[in-house]
Amino acid sequence: MYDVIVIGAGHAGCEAAFACARLKLNTLLLTINLDKVALMPCNPAIGGMGKSQLIKELDAMGGQMGKIADLAGIQFKLLNQKKGPAVQALRTQIDKKEYETLMKHLLETTDNILLKQGTVAKLLVDGIKVKGVLTEDGMQFLAKAVIITSGTFLRGRIIIGDKDYYAGRMGENPAMNLTKSLTSLGFEMDRFQTATPPRVDKRSIDFSKTIISSGDEEAGSFSFWACPKRGERANIPSFLTYTNSKTHDLIAQNIKYSPIRSGIINTHGPRHCPSIDRKVLNFPQKHKHPVFIEPEGVHTNEMYLQGLTTSMPFYLQEKIVNTVEGLEKASIIRPGYAVEYDYLIPCQLNYTLESKLIENLYFAGQINGTSGYEEAAVQGFVAGANASLKILGKKPLILTRDTSYIGVLIDDLITKDLSEPYRMYTSRAEYRLFLRSDNADLRLATLGFEAGFLEKEAHQKTLKKQQAIDSLIKLLKNITIKPQKANRYRPNLKLKEPIRLYDLFKRPQVNIGDIKYWLDHASNGYGDGVWKQAEIIIKYEGYINRQFEEIKKTKKLEKFAIPSNIDYFRFKGLTYGAQEKLSRKRPNTLGQASRIAGVSPSDISILLLNLRRK
Amino acid sequence: MNKKKINNMFYIEEDTIAAIGTKPGEAAIGIVKISGKEAIRVADSIFRSKNGKTINELKSYSLLYGEIIDGRGEVVDEVIVGLMRNPYSYTREDVVEINTHGGITPTTKVLSLCMDRGARLAEPGEFTKRAFLNGRIDLSQAEAVIDLINSKTEESLKIAANNIKGNIKKEIASIRDGIVEILVQLEASIDFIEEDLETTPYEELRKKTGVLLERVEQLIKDESKGEIIKNGVKVAIVGKPNVGKSSLLNLLVKKDKAIVTSIPGTTRDAVEEIIYVGGIPLIIIDTAGIRKTASSVEKIGVERSLGHIDEADIVLMVVDGSRKLDGRDFNIIGKIENKNSILVINKVDLGQKEDIKKLGLPFGPEQTIRVSALKKTGIEDLEHSIKKKVLGNGELNLEDKIIINQRHKKIMQDVREVLQDAETAMANKLSEEFASADLKIASGLLGEITGDTAREEVLENIFSRFCIGK
Repeated sequence: MYDVIVIGAGHAGCEAAFACARLKLNTLLLTINLDKVALMPCNPAIGGMGKSQLIKELDAMGGQMGKIADLAGIQFKLLNQKKGPAVQALRTQIDKKEYETLMKHLLETTDNILLKQGTVAKLLVDGIKVKGVLTEDGMQFLAKAVIITSGTFLRGRIIIGDKDYYAGRMGENPAMNLTKSLTSLGFEMDRFQTATPPRVDKRSIDFSKTIISSGDEEAGSFSFWACPKRGERANIPSFLTYTNSKTHDLIAQNIKYSPIRSGIINTHGPRHCPSIDRKVLNFPQKHKHPVFIEPEGVHTNEMYLQGLTTSMPFYLQEKIVNTVEGLEKASIIRPGYAVEYDYLIPCQLNYTLESKLIENLYFAGQINGTSGYEEAAVQGFVAGANASLKILGKKPLILTRDTSYIGVLIDDLITKDLSEPYRMYTSRAEYRLFLRSDNADLRLATLGFEAGFLEKEAHQKTLKKQQAIDSLIKLLKNITIKPQKANRYRPNLKLKEPIRLYDLFKRPQVNIGDIKYWLDHASNGYGDGVWKQAEIIIKYEGYINRQFEEIKKTKKLEKFAIPSNIDYFRFKGLTYGAQEKLSRKRPNTLGQASRIAGVSPSDISILLLNLRRK
Repeated sequence: MNKKKINNMFYIEEDTIAAIGTKPGEAAIGIVKISGKEAIRVADSIFRSKNGKTINELKSYSLLYGEIIDGRGEVVDEVIVGLMRNPYSYTREDVVEINTHGGITPTTKVLSLCMDRGARLAEPGEFTKRAFLNGRIDLSQAEAVIDLINSKTEESLKIAANNIKGNIKKEIASIRDGIVEILVQLEASIDFIEEDLETTPYEELRKKTGVLLERVEQLIKDESKGEIIKNGVKVAIVGKPNVGKSSLLNLLVKKDKAIVTSIPGTTRDAVEEIIYVGGIPLIIIDTAGIRKTASSVEKIGVERSLGHIDEADIVLMVVDGSRKLDGRDFNIIGKIENKNSILVINKVDLGQKEDIKKLGLPFGPEQTIRVSALKKTGIEDLEHSIKKKVLGNGELNLEDKIIINQRHKKIMQDVREVLQDAETAMANKLSEEFASADLKIASGLLGEITGDTAREEVLENIFSRFCIGK
């Protein structure tokens, strides 16, 4: 008897297992192939817009992805450096094998986690409670909670050209029976599709025809707690080239062989990474598309062709690749392919990622219709955390839109209708100016610590940082400088009246260095991170405060829980449309209800009145 | 009940709401109600008492006499203010009631001032909803609130749709599209920085924001011109001299004399008269002339009457039924063909000289009313006909029109403010996400008018506009 069984050791499964083990729960991590733990089957990169915010938040609460990505990173880039702090993001090229090795090693050396190879065929359920799993080999494992993080493996079907066959990923067995088990329990499933580009041999590339692209020395790291020293980090370049009219002509001539045209694929793929076939079809006016050539790792010759995703027949793939400058002689090591898989329509989940239908059964990652390693990892953490907290009889860990990108992700998943695999963007977060990478620790460390996932030391560090920030801001409010002193150092200020350093800091042209100069030795003792926070808080005070106001306004709605057993059709006054939508989504809170498409503000008013009447 | 306990009680609405509590025109006084935490502050900010006391100094259930002062320090109305402190009020929140003079002018102005000072316009049934949520009324009454919310919502949606004129609605939608377009560019340059997209330069987006801001300003100008208070239900009484226009007016006025009010016209120097017909305020255009002696009416002449037709919502075409219609009558009738009009055949006591039916005039039987101003007959029919024209089949409900105008005005002012913020952010070279935060609020606000609230539209547009996917 285990406490928790996690099905699948991808990015979601690993974080789920770590979270459970952290609360000392006896955790079984079952996976189809133990050589493929924490595999990155698509791009060799972690982070990017919206995603780096997710990892930082995960790290702030005690998750592992950030630390391992920092260690396995071979090139670090800070995106949007010229923009404000809210939209800067870290993107890291990763040595995939290194990442897998480090993550698997961490799993193997973590107490309370037991790794086992096996394919789950069936869920064991007692009434409306899950009680364990049955594998294809006939092994039975019992547990108090089960977390499904099966990625693309449920009835996974690979498509290359006119060939298609069942596989979880290329060269890996699918899980053919679990879907049936889920649908027989009443879960609604649908199918999505995603695809990956071919990999080519480094030795066959003419790099002289490409543009070299290196990382930033001062990019920073994902983890707030364990930062490897900068000097120790690799900075392995990637390369940029472009497709051309030859590429596009070849694709256009052969478009009938593309599975998106031949009809062999008719499910939705993610719009954020369309195949080159689709780009040529949809944007015929564009004469070139970028192709980033990225290393898959340090100890391999495999190079990833970001931008050339295709599931054309193998023989055409190489021809297409060879039209591109620098890739004329490139030889494909692995072909690109598309994979189609079952996912759970995620509105069947609560904020805890526990299913509404079967108690103690959780879902996380790509199975919930998301795309991306980072999106998967944070869900794994939330599912693992809540499965454990529930077993221990503790308060659930619920993240809402106003606390984190993770909250935005989960709220979107369980509220909206997905039409394609879900990817995070900063523009999805309405409180983006407040939910920044740089303050993820300040926002979430206490939550992570109190729930038992973040170490005490890390939490203490955050509390000290917060105190230092508060004290620095107070100091700046208390110190007024004379105009002569200010103007002497920065003549363009042309000050006439004495001014508080706090107010001076608000001016766009005044930077940290200036304030430090005026503060003189009083600035000692505040670290770079503290200064940075003070600067952001002071400079953007108006905008950030407005977001706080908006958050405050919605708070009560967000906190108003709706019982799960409500019959909306018996509620007087609700429109039929609203009754239907609400019955289908069964929102956890009034706030969530208000975001369901087709539910109007007056429906919410009426819902509130009906709920209060009970 | 313990006051402290009440304060801790759950209620979802944090903001302070205001509404006109009386039906416009039906009574000699009007009441504006304010409820919520800020009610006293809001009321005090527009009120100056005669004895120097503030509302905040009042005990619950007491009254204070004074004046309502607008933003420029001018007196809006003489009022009596009543205070009911939490929890001893209908909503169990602090409630201030401002008793104004009757008619729509004072109440609308006071309501508008309350909104300027931070109160929000109450939703239909919201006072009762709060009363219920705060435990003031029981379940059966809550049912009524639900019905009210439903019926009011439907009705006001319908009215809102009808009430914004097509071209204004188009303009608002077009401004909103312009904002979304800028957002698409800003967001594409943020979230898709790695894609190297050809987005519009920042400076150009700033200029576009400036243009949108000007268009919003223009709308606000137009809209304040179009406020109910100024052109409400405008009625023009037209007809050639000596057909009895002024007697007709005098008759209409006399009937409702108790609540005749005068307000200074804003578009002209002349004084406009508001008369109430069955509780509906009608603004009679240029009555300054019409109400003078019969001899002056002669001087006004046909030409001047014609000038009023354009401005009017309803035209009362008066003819002398005791004589044959002549060219001057037909001339005027020709001009009002496209107007919402009523043919008033006066002097029916003198006998009919013309078979109006046979003339084939563009007035249906319901729009042809026979009156005798002298004998005071047919007035009831005329009132009924006017009422029907105004209310139609619920197409134009004055109370709702006031509310909708107020709401639009407030929304447009808020839009103006955030667009100004966006322009400033862009001018100060703050990075894209700040202007974006302002513009998102603006598009959301305008969406409240146009009914577009699509959350994903910016992302959708980015995907359709740009080739995404490295």
